[in-house]
Amino acid sequence: MNAHDTVASTDNLTKVYGDRVAVDKVTMTVRRGEVYGFLGPNGAGKTTTLRMLLGLIRPTSGSSYATSPVGALIEGPGFFPYLSGRANLRTLARHRGFDDAEVERVLERVDLAGRGDDRFKGYSLGMKQRLGVAAALMGDPELIVLDEPTNGLDPAGMADMRALVVDLARGGQTVLLSSHLLAEVQEICHRVGVIDDGRLLRESTVAELRGGVSIRVRATPEPEALAVAMRLAGDDGVQRTADGALQLTLPPEQAPWVTRELVTAGIDVHEITAAERSLEEVFFDLTSGSTTKKEAVR
Amino acid sequence: MSTATAPLVVRPATGLVAGTLRSTRAELGRLRAWPAVWITLGAWLALSLMFGYLFTYLSYTTGDAGFADEGTTRAEQLARLLPDAVPDVFLQGMPMFGGALMMVLGALVAGNGYGWGTWKTLFSQGVRRSSAVIGSVTALTAFVVATLAVTLVFDLGISLVITATEGHDVVLPSAGSLTEAFGAGFLVLEMWAVLGFALGTLARGPALSVGLGLVWALVVENLLRGVGQLLSWVESLTEVLPGTAGGSLIGSIVGVGEGDGTPGVLDTVPGAQGAITVAAYIVAAIALSLVLVHRRDVA
Repeated sequence: MNAHDTVASTDNLTKVYGDRVAVDKVTMTVRRGEVYGFLGPNGAGKTTTLRMLLGLIRPTSGSSYATSPVGALIEGPGFFPYLSGRANLRTLARHRGFDDAEVERVLERVDLAGRGDDRFKGYSLGMKQRLGVAAALMGDPELIVLDEPTNGLDPAGMADMRALVVDLARGGQTVLLSSHLLAEVQEICHRVGVIDDGRLLRESTVAELRGGVSIRVRATPEPEALAVAMRLAGDDGVQRTADGALQLTLPPEQAPWVTRELVTAGIDVHEITAAERSLEEVFFDLTSGSTTKKEAVR
Repeated sequence: MSTATAPLVVRPATGLVAGTLRSTRAELGRLRAWPAVWITLGAWLALSLMFGYLFTYLSYTTGDAGFADEGTTRAEQLARLLPDAVPDVFLQGMPMFGGALMMVLGALVAGNGYGWGTWKTLFSQGVRRSSAVIGSVTALTAFVVATLAVTLVFDLGISLVITATEGHDVVLPSAGSLTEAFGAGFLVLEMWAVLGFALGTLARGPALSVGLGLVWALVVENLLRGVGQLLSWVESLTEVLPGTAGGSLIGSIVGVGEGDGTPGVLDTVPGAQGAITVAAYIVAAIALSLVLVHRRDVA
């Protein structure tokens, strides 16, 4: 990676409010064209970090960089309640020097063109959220920062939003997505940064974060199955799980080969599946997984 | 949600002047659609009508002296209602309720930007803070100018109707007196509007700024002027307060003798001094707003 690949970064970024450290020496890098998931429970410091990145608040120490232009939806959409969605976007477009055609384009993009003339104060939470995303898309910015964009969206709306984010990345735009919805991040992000209590605990690809995948086998008789498994995956590559199954540290595409070897050895295979740690499991491992946090991210 | 590939968009230039012009246009557009603006204008015109013409006209037609007409003859009352007196009537309400209304509007324009999160939306999309603030103040100033123009036409229209009703010859005010009244009115209303804007920025919300501003404009300054009659240092202090400066500027044109009983119209300091103080408040309020928005975090 070279400097040209970086569209946003922070270096020891810190924000202190009184005696409370909201963000503690966060160093992260967002690369061009990727969907970067910024993960953390409520109150972890995600939004404060993003606000500093966008220049809305000043860091206590450290520095940040974001390419220009940036489109952003930060902590909920802020619009004039007495104006329609369309008029709100036109006001924003005038501030930024875009014409009305750009307003229509982004309204279409978030499926709000048909309700564009309704007043903002009459919008549902999901519609307000989509209008906020439309504002962030205006001008086709190189970097789009979305802070909890699926808040208030129904399941169909959430699926649409995920599709939009994927499509933006496919079109070459970089998306920095802050979320506490782990399944959403696992599904659409290339890399993630996990933040808790203001500190960045881990930054890596989703695959790296989840660790290696394995194959889970339930077979009998167990001693013979264990012997074959150790021959295939090595002595250190087999673990017995609490329910009596065997966990082989092998890629899932080798499951047919494992099945053949077991059957050839006269072993009955009752179950064989690819076993992966979910991002949720990894997340709770990283953040100590308190009950409160589990509730916060679900 | 559509997932079609987006077309390329031509990005605009981002200079300070160009940005300010764009923000001014944007703010003018959204202020024009804001009911609060029209309610403010309507309230101001209604108050101007009531206190400028209605009560005086009722007093004149019924022969009963109103609170503002004690000791005046019917001829003097009628003279106040004719076109020649429009500059005075136009100005009389400005130091008190005109200023208060403009301050409320200024506080709403700036303060609601924080309450609704619209400043945050602008600044997070890369709109320059100084451009947005100057654009908003310029749009507010345009509203002040439009209010003055509408009021002048409104007052002239009413006085012409009264002239026709009473069968008098039409004697229009001189261009010079109209220009002087317009200029003084602009200074006073603009001062209160930008002071309200600064208060809304300082408080980062509309409620506190409107409340504090109204208490100051309608109560505190009057109390201080009362205390100033007993304590000389307080009297010196009141001479540089915005209400005193604006009231004295208007008083120097209207004349406190003629406008006796009109709240806020004063002769505490000379008109020129009042005008300079008012202008200083305008500059200071705009500068304070710019510094505050530029330096502080946007929550």
